[in-house]
Amino acid sequence: MSPTILITIISLSLLALTASIILYFVAQKFKVFEDPRIDEIQDVLPAANCGGCGFAGCRNFAEALVKADTFEGLNCPVGGSEVMEQAAKILGKEAPVVDPLVAVLLCNGTPEYRQRSSRYDGAKDCRITHNLYIGETDCSYGCLGNGDCVRACAFDAMYMDATTELPVIIDDKCVACGACVKACPRDILELRKKAKKDRKIYVACSNCDKGGPARRACKVACIGCGKCVKVCNFDAITIENNLAYIDATKCTFCRKCVTECPTNAIIELNFPPRKPLPEVQTETANE
Amino acid sequence: MLKTFPLGGIHPPENKLTANIAIKYLSVPESVTIPVSQHIGAPATVIVNKDDYVKTGQVIATGKGFVSANIHSSVSGKVTKIDAIIDTTGYKQTAVFIDVEGDEWIETIDRTSEIVTDIKLSSEEITKRCLESGIVGLGGATFPSHVKLTVPEGKKCNILIINGVECEPFLTSDHRLMLERGEEVLIGVSILMKALKVDTAKIGIENNKPDAIAHLSKLATAFQGITVHPLKVKYPQGAEKQLIKALINREVPSGHLPLDVGAVVHNVGTAYAVYEAVQKNKPLFERVVTITGKSLASPGNYFVRTGTPVNKLIEAAGGLPDDTGKIVNGGPMMGKALNNTDVPVVKGTSGIILFPSNESERAAINPCIRCAKCISACALNLEPYLLMTLVEKGLFERAEHERITDCMECGSCSYICPAGRPLLDYIRLGKSTVIKIARQRNMK
Amino acid sequence: MSNLLNISPSPHAHGKETTKKLMYGVVLALMPALFTSVFYFGIGAIIVTATSVVSCMLVEFLIQKYILKKPLSINDGSALVTGLLLAFNLPSNIPVYIIIIGSIVAIGMAKMTFGGLGNNPFNPALVGRVFMLISFPVQMTSWPVSAGLKTGYIDAVTGPTPLSLIKEGIKNGESVSNLMEKIPTSLNMFLGEMGGSMGEVAAVALLIGLAYLLYKKIITWHIPVSIIGTIAVFSTILWLINPESNANPMFHILAGGVLLGAIFMATDYVTSPMSPKAMIIYGCGIGLLTIIIRVYGAYPEGVSFAILIMNAFVPLMNTYIKPKAFGEEVKNG
Repeated sequence: MSPTILITIISLSLLALTASIILYFVAQKFKVFEDPRIDEIQDVLPAANCGGCGFAGCRNFAEALVKADTFEGLNCPVGGSEVMEQAAKILGKEAPVVDPLVAVLLCNGTPEYRQRSSRYDGAKDCRITHNLYIGETDCSYGCLGNGDCVRACAFDAMYMDATTELPVIIDDKCVACGACVKACPRDILELRKKAKKDRKIYVACSNCDKGGPARRACKVACIGCGKCVKVCNFDAITIENNLAYIDATKCTFCRKCVTECPTNAIIELNFPPRKPLPEVQTETANE
Repeated sequence: MLKTFPLGGIHPPENKLTANIAIKYLSVPESVTIPVSQHIGAPATVIVNKDDYVKTGQVIATGKGFVSANIHSSVSGKVTKIDAIIDTTGYKQTAVFIDVEGDEWIETIDRTSEIVTDIKLSSEEITKRCLESGIVGLGGATFPSHVKLTVPEGKKCNILIINGVECEPFLTSDHRLMLERGEEVLIGVSILMKALKVDTAKIGIENNKPDAIAHLSKLATAFQGITVHPLKVKYPQGAEKQLIKALINREVPSGHLPLDVGAVVHNVGTAYAVYEAVQKNKPLFERVVTITGKSLASPGNYFVRTGTPVNKLIEAAGGLPDDTGKIVNGGPMMGKALNNTDVPVVKGTSGIILFPSNESERAAINPCIRCAKCISACALNLEPYLLMTLVEKGLFERAEHERITDCMECGSCSYICPAGRPLLDYIRLGKSTVIKIARQRNMK
Repeated sequence: MSNLLNISPSPHAHGKETTKKLMYGVVLALMPALFTSVFYFGIGAIIVTATSVVSCMLVEFLIQKYILKKPLSINDGSALVTGLLLAFNLPSNIPVYIIIIGSIVAIGMAKMTFGGLGNNPFNPALVGRVFMLISFPVQMTSWPVSAGLKTGYIDAVTGPTPLSLIKEGIKNGESVSNLMEKIPTSLNMFLGEMGGSMGEVAAVALLIGLAYLLYKKIITWHIPVSIIGTIAVFSTILWLINPESNANPMFHILAGGVLLGAIFMATDYVTSPMSPKAMIIYGCGIGLLTIIIRVYGAYPEGVSFAILIMNAFVPLMNTYIKPKAFGEEVKNG
């Protein structure tokens, strides 16, 4: 072996050895103790880092779970109860049962129902439009159609429908992380309890104006008449500020309010079509 | 060499179509809707009731707290209701609805045309009179004037600056006021000088109004301490920080007020309103409004009573042209687009511009080519392209660090951007978000 | 709905500039240089320019339509400008296939992979040129001797450029005063009677272009002046120290790609800094690197490399060198 090669091998090896020793001591000196369970829990979490739990990423949530006394108020909407059970097992705690949720838009103001009274030409951002003015219609509460919610969705569960000019939520993909709810400047998106077969009944309106102006702005607005409240046998509907609201945890999906609503503001989704009543029965009912 | 501000600025076409049209009085309408918030600060509290009879100049709402202003009735008649109206944003605001009966003014107002030159009130009385008369800044910001005239402990004012610049295209209300009521304006300036206890006042006027400059300069020789200065025509010369820099070469530091460099700025319209309030006992319920637009039959300048619907003004100018695409309340650079013409003229309405539809649409948005024209246009030397990107990506902390809150929303950046990017839209959004975040942070 | 009122946030007026107008303004500013390149290099200049422009625009079109499936932007003129600038960096006898490869690298690699217009960190025309220089060194360094309109295309007679003459000569130990007799005079170089790439030969044409760009406010004076100024200063210093082994400053400015680089390449919007202060530092850096490469480096010409190296620093400069904001410092209240 020539001297050059020998010198090279020796000097580089010494360099490597010195570096390793320095690294070892530094690693020991600056070692941060971390509960190994945090890593275990992080492995169980879905790694979407969407913030739906309210924490900054899955690792942050894992730390919070380890520190917490109980799982009360802590939930990963993406992983759901399956993931929470696994985490609970690792920590020897109880995972409370949390109802799965899904995002719902409380507005049905399509161009057919809600007439356009101006043309918005600025940047296509709902927050900007909302700060500027009432919007392209006469309803100051309704959807602006510029897609902040669609852009906020990290799970591809929303898209803007070109005809209705409203966002559409794909139930299968929605994990109820809440990003769209936070993004909407008019607060008209809501996380509601998910029912079997993706059935939904809700008041598709957020208009708090009195009946007259609300109805003038949109044909399917809620006018706060209260008929739905009267017909509901389960106390699931309340009216506040001229607007009706259906509590999804109390609703039994009997659909009486849907037919009762004079403006068709209440929407039912994913139900079988109603059978028309045969002639005989109607006469009996009239007696 | 004309004085000017050194950084940034643009030169949009001036379009001063109504510069040579004398001010007329717009006839009193059949009914008015007077909003309770025509100023910065807390909305005023209504003190009249339904079915009350009110006289022109009577107080109908009182200011709430220090930063607020009184609202006076601009007509005489019966209050029909106190209800919500849609204001210039299309959002609702409380207003007093009055059906007009005749034009009976309250007895204390001096309605003679004699120009009163002696200033009999003391400086404290002047400030009090401004508060009582509901005087707010008529340049467009509508900041309550009595607040500006009250110099807080520890600060000192040594010069009064009068803004006769009117740098926005199309608007000519200040121009005509200076030409036709020049002496009253200068008396108003002296009144303000007395209130602030200063002996120097500088009036800045852009060089595209040579007649106003000549007229006021001649009249100013009779007044102690008032000088008139022509300024280079560049937008936004009328912005207070730029005006102070051009006239007295002092830079108001970021986040601070003109008072921190010893100056107070008032608009010429405000000076005129102060003259009327102090010398004629007339509160603020009327102002000069320019109604203009390339397709209008007879654009002009009018004295309009507050609460008059905008459509009455358009009617007086020959009616709404068929090709109208956009109606703007204010100037084209900083004004607000209206979505209906029932909105009332308020204290801050300096002009109504009707744009034909071929000038009403925005250019298509293209990617940023990093030409840096927005930086060269920004009078505060900010970086609009960067601020827009930061807001789009939600990086509000960095936007705060890049001084997004310094932006005065003059619109020069959006105007000059060759790629048609809506820079100001996003910067405005960023400003409000950053202010919200900062407020929450300070509360903790 | 033509009867609905239009609502948008302020401002409600817009200036007349558009991206397209700026790009075509640059194209117009390049026309004198195009004229002189055809005047001196004949048919070759036409073929090379046409090939470069067409293939740059075609590459952008194909990538946007079939690979990215995004709306087309070839009408905005930026691919046209890149095509022209790429052509002006080449010798007029370069074969067509090399130009096409260069266009694919310039537009495809240096521009579209980063996201299209506005997103590229390096000047696309220069990336294309440097790629071609390193991959085809022979063809890229054989410069046709100008014979006016009679200069052939592939069969053009080639000869050395002034810069390479000086470089080789100094390496061989000849004194500069001897060499000066072999190279064209300053007046010749000003008018374009020298060897070199198509766009760089005629200083007069480039300076007319500069005047037009400044008049139309398409560029500001900061970058061209700082580049040329720095080159003048440093070459003067070297020349004063040793006039026999260093060429005079006028030579350095007129020879090679300094003027083309300073006026058209370094001022490219996308790859140059945003604030005036940073632009001057950028220009000084380019000037300094150019002189260093020319005097101490292996290549006779250093402008392309200097600009590309400084392009790499531009994001850093944009972050740390900010324009001095209004009312920024008031230490005394």
